[in-house]
Amino acid sequence: MTNPQAAGERGEELIQLIDPSGRRTPHGEFDPWVDDIEVEALRRLHTDMVAIRRVDQEGTALQRQGELALWPPLLGQEAAQIGAGRALEDDDFIFPSYRETGLAYCRGISAEDTLRVWRGNAYSGWDPFGKNMATPQIIIGAQALHAVGYAMGIKYDGGSQAAITFFGDGATSQGDVNEAMVFAASYQAPVVFFCQNNHWAISEPVGVQSLTNIADRSPGFGIPSLRVDGNDVLACLAATRIALDRARSGNGPTFIEAVTYRMGPHTTADDPTRYRDANELDLWAAKDPIERLERHLVDLGVDEAELKAAAGEVADSVAASLRQGIIGLQDPEPMEVFENVYSQPHAALDRQREHYALYREQFADASSATEEGAR
Amino acid sequence: MSKLTFGKALNAGMRQSMEADPKVVLMGEDIGKLGGVFRITDGLQKDFGEHRVIDTPLAESGIVGTAVGMAYRGFRPVVEIQFDGFVYPAFDQIVSQVAKLHYRTHGMVSMPLTIRIPFGGGIGSPEHHSESPEAYFAHTAGLRVVSPSTPQDAYVMMQQAIACDDPVVFFEPKRRYHERGDVDLEAALTGPEMGSAAVRRPGTDVTLVAYGAQVKTALAAATAAEDDDISVEVIDLRSISPIDFDTIAASVRKTGRLVVTHEASQNLGLGAEITAGITERCFYQLEHAPVRVTGFDIPYPYSKLEMHHLPDLDRILDGVDRVMDRPNSLSSLEG
Repeated sequence: MTNPQAAGERGEELIQLIDPSGRRTPHGEFDPWVDDIEVEALRRLHTDMVAIRRVDQEGTALQRQGELALWPPLLGQEAAQIGAGRALEDDDFIFPSYRETGLAYCRGISAEDTLRVWRGNAYSGWDPFGKNMATPQIIIGAQALHAVGYAMGIKYDGGSQAAITFFGDGATSQGDVNEAMVFAASYQAPVVFFCQNNHWAISEPVGVQSLTNIADRSPGFGIPSLRVDGNDVLACLAATRIALDRARSGNGPTFIEAVTYRMGPHTTADDPTRYRDANELDLWAAKDPIERLERHLVDLGVDEAELKAAAGEVADSVAASLRQGIIGLQDPEPMEVFENVYSQPHAALDRQREHYALYREQFADASSATEEGAR
Repeated sequence: MSKLTFGKALNAGMRQSMEADPKVVLMGEDIGKLGGVFRITDGLQKDFGEHRVIDTPLAESGIVGTAVGMAYRGFRPVVEIQFDGFVYPAFDQIVSQVAKLHYRTHGMVSMPLTIRIPFGGGIGSPEHHSESPEAYFAHTAGLRVVSPSTPQDAYVMMQQAIACDDPVVFFEPKRRYHERGDVDLEAALTGPEMGSAAVRRPGTDVTLVAYGAQVKTALAAATAAEDDDISVEVIDLRSISPIDFDTIAASVRKTGRLVVTHEASQNLGLGAEITAGITERCFYQLEHAPVRVTGFDIPYPYSKLEMHHLPDLDRILDGVDRVMDRPNSLSSLEG
């Protein structure tokens, strides 16, 4: 079987405001949406991207050191996540997949809280209602329906927020994502579908999911789409602002395809050398989202060394606090295994809890004896 | 006290909950103008509006998945799955999301969904319209699973399910939708708790456990058993998960004999769990091995054959004879 051309590799209609050489490319429709983003704001976006790339590198390192069970890197997708994340208001509700480290960062969630889930210490690192961001979804595409339902709720209770859901190119093959588009269109729900087309669903290139551009699908559901350069933080910011504005003005859902690239493995358990040509990685390295913004900022007169040093300082501080937090984490209490299955008492589970507590009691003396021996 | 059909009692229960809590919304296919294919939601859209009784696209995963999002937003969705055999497209959302979100979020997110499923056979339907999928859901931690058998329970348990902060899969015995019974519309939610079983008929020789549409059949069998001077205690399970083992065990300690009947297939069904749970608890009080009288381990058959699959009064009596060591259909097999 010949592999159909990957949809994201065709360049036409890709909205871009900063090209890979760092040059600002004017765009009549998009420019007004980011005319407030001047040098200082661009620098903040740069710092965000540098910080989450560092968190990501720390995630991989901590996994290699045995401190995390698994880590899904976002390397290469920083512009898509920071661009979208910085377009959101605090009360917009995010329904993410499991790779949205950048979105969590934008929500003020500590890197330690993001990563402790991957250590196996918890399933949720934060309170979804405290951060207006749901727990990362592992079932591919399931969260798209949750975002649409939440947005239907906003419409019914008269709220002024929007919901936004993040997923990848692979998820667009899932029934749930397609059903989500049907529901979103039917109810004109204030929701944004943000697809990071990172070209790879584990080992399957995007061409296995779609013969056409992913952004070409949603218009068939009655949902307008934007196809943006996902390595261009300014284009991602502008597209998300446009989509949120449509949602808040009662104009219903929008689909954004951010064309980017997963420069790392699917997770730390993956080995992309088995299925991916190294030349492809080089091609995308030349379009790196952070280096591109650095070139642009240097063009605007920012001192490169100072820029990198300032951003690096923030990243160092985030990384230090992350390492300290993760390595210091205590294992959860054993009986916690029974907690929160139900919100109210449940006879069958209560019996199992009681019996397991009795079982453990048998060893209570033995374990304290062992502890004493260790002293 | 009012005389209501089972279906009207469900409707009255939903109406009561919708009046009490503006966050209660109904979602499903054809539930608005049509009032549902069984008319269970009849008149509710007219009275509460299209934002509270929502006609959805024809996509079960979409219905349950958007209901999850509505619950995140603070709503209390009551979802109608049109028929038992149509729930499987929503299985992932129910099992991986609805059931697990409270655990996944360490109790920070509640999923107070009620998922209504008309279930069971005996109405001459085409394929996929007569199934009994309750064991799939009872096997899933995080869900509560119930099935009322009387109009009174239909009315009260519907309100209890909607008020419950845990997700409830609510199996409605569609074969009984048109049967009438007394309903106390003033009955408070403080009645018997949703997780409890009810002794529908006291007896001393055999404990007969049933739920949903089978309760009526079980009661008829108990009446027929009187002719042979066998006293059958009938327990209406009401709650499929959790199972009220205290009530069943108390009965079996008295009778020493257990028969469980359900329409669903036997293999790893409720009968298996109840039999195992009672054997663990009442081993030394049992006079005979427990007996299951259930549907066969087959796909639900075409309707001209369904009477052979559904355990009727006579098959239940045959099961009673077995636990009573009386001549029965399997006597010739016994050594």
